[in-house]
Parts: sequence; C-alpha cells; structure tokens
Amino acid sequence: MTATVNVFLKEGVLDPQGKAAHHALDSLGFAGVEDVRIGKQIIIKLDTSDKTKAEAEVKEMCETLLANTVIEDYSIEINE
Amino acid sequence: MKVAVLRFPGTNCEFDTQYAFEKLGHSTQLVWHENETLPTDIDLVVVPGGFSYGDYLRSGSIARFSPVMKAVTTYANAGGKVLGICNGFQILTEAGLLPGALKRNNDLHFISKHQNLCVINSDNAFLNQCKNGEVLNIPIAHADGNYYIDDAGFKKLEENGQILLRYSDSKGNPVVVNGSVTSIAGVCNEDKNVFGLMPHPERALEAILGSEDGVRMLKGFEA
Repeated sequence: MTATVNVFLKEGVLDPQGKAAHHALDSLGFAGVEDVRIGKQIIIKLDTSDKTKAEAEVKEMCETLLANTVIEDYSIEINE
Repeated sequence: MKVAVLRFPGTNCEFDTQYAFEKLGHSTQLVWHENETLPTDIDLVVVPGGFSYGDYLRSGSIARFSPVMKAVTTYANAGGKVLGICNGFQILTEAGLLPGALKRNNDLHFISKHQNLCVINSDNAFLNQCKNGEVLNIPIAHADGNYYIDDAGFKKLEENGQILLRYSDSKGNPVVVNGSVTSIAGVCNEDKNVFGLMPHPERALEAILGSEDGVRMLKGFEA
C-alpha cells in the first residue's frame, strides 16, 4: 500500500513561500491568482494490505514526526 | 560550572559554545547525540546551533528524536537548566520543551548580521545579569527564525513573563527582522528552566569582534 501525506501550514499561519510564489505569478502576468500555498508531499510505501491499520499507522507518523501540529495540518490518502 | 554541550550530525556551533563557557572559566563536555545519558553533576545543558540532520523535513525535527534528547527531557523535567541557541531553539520547540514553533523567515532569506535585542524579562536564570529594557547587540544567523505561537499561547507567554528577548532598534523599539510574532527572539518554558533564542550570544564575547554583550547573557547561569 502507498500512503500519500500532504502537509501544509495551517490556515491563518502566514506561508512565506506561498506568498513569494504568489508575487512572482502576479509579476509574470498571471491574473486572478487569489492565494498560493506551498506544502510538502510525502509518499510512504507500506508492507501491509490492511487499509485501516495503514491509516492509523500513518496518522501516528504524522503526529509524531511528519507534521508539526503547532503550525501545520496534514491529510492522508491511502492507495492499494 | 560544568556545562554539557550536545552534538548532532550537522551541529556546527559546539566549539564556539565550548570556547565561550571555557573563556568564562567553566568546564565543558561535548555529548554525542547517540548517548543515552548526560554527564553527572552538570549545571547546564546547551543545545548549540547548526544544521542538525541538514534541516531535513523541518529544522530540529529529526534531532529531537536522538537518544540524548530523552535524557535532556528527563533532566529538564527535573528542573535542570537547558539553553537552546538557534538550531538548539528549534530542537527544543520540536521536542515540546518550549512553546511555539520556528518557521521560514518571512523574506525567505538566510539572515546573518549583528542585531539589537531588547531584554523583555530578566527575572530568570538566564538573563539575570541584564536589565529589562536594556538593548544588547548579538549576531543572528538563521533561515528558520520566524517564531510562531497561536493567540492563546502568546497570551500565556506574556502573562507568565516567558518572553525573554525581542528584535529591536538601538532604543529598544521592536523591529521586524524575520516575521516573528511581536518580534520575539527568545522565550523560556513556564517553569523558567528551559531557554531558547535564535541569536548567538556565544559569538559576542569580544568587543574587538563587534560586541561583548553575550558575556553578560551567558554569565547569568553562574548565579
């Protein structure tokens, strides 16, 4: 199984990289960009075929290491 | 005083830190991150600056799981004094020993320069040789020094006198350096035995090299 974890700064926590990319898009003439947020995608291969177990395990990985929940939110997607 | 200076793969301020404390007449001992215990009879643990584990994932996020950090947590929970400088501050926030988190600087630059700091609270084991409102000139050198804490956490910091230092101008007025919440440069925990700051007091020991204000800061631990 493969777990795809997306980690982003929380809403309300200023994202300096997103802001810089937003400015760059504006100055390149891309009109209508309302917001840009930059995060991380972490892909984890797991040796289990139990989806519930995989989800619980990856959640624990996120809480422990992959995300800093003081400033970041995460989402998990599990695929066969 | 006996000072333990931690060393992780990628730490690069451990020798400056040793030099600083030895110059002040103290003995120091480097402690490799794989050690599961700290030396006995120590008076202070310093988590020095650098780029532990290459700042991978987030600054300090991997170092905080090193075996030695378990010993540091036990030591701190028993009231032992811990000082985190720069990457050390990041490691201590990641470990949950200090509140808040350090994000990428607002302008995304690595900022390396001398910076004025205003002492906000000197009633603690670290800054007791300084006065509230005093301005210190200390070098900063970081890319992830943008201190963040939510509103509830900030209120707690303020009420408990946990805000130690703010980036300021020469008169002590706060200035925006890296985007930190209310220009915070250093904080301590609720029990006031764990301290963290982004500036480098160990690099400000000789007037001929720009500033000796770091001496007063580090001497605080002698009291």
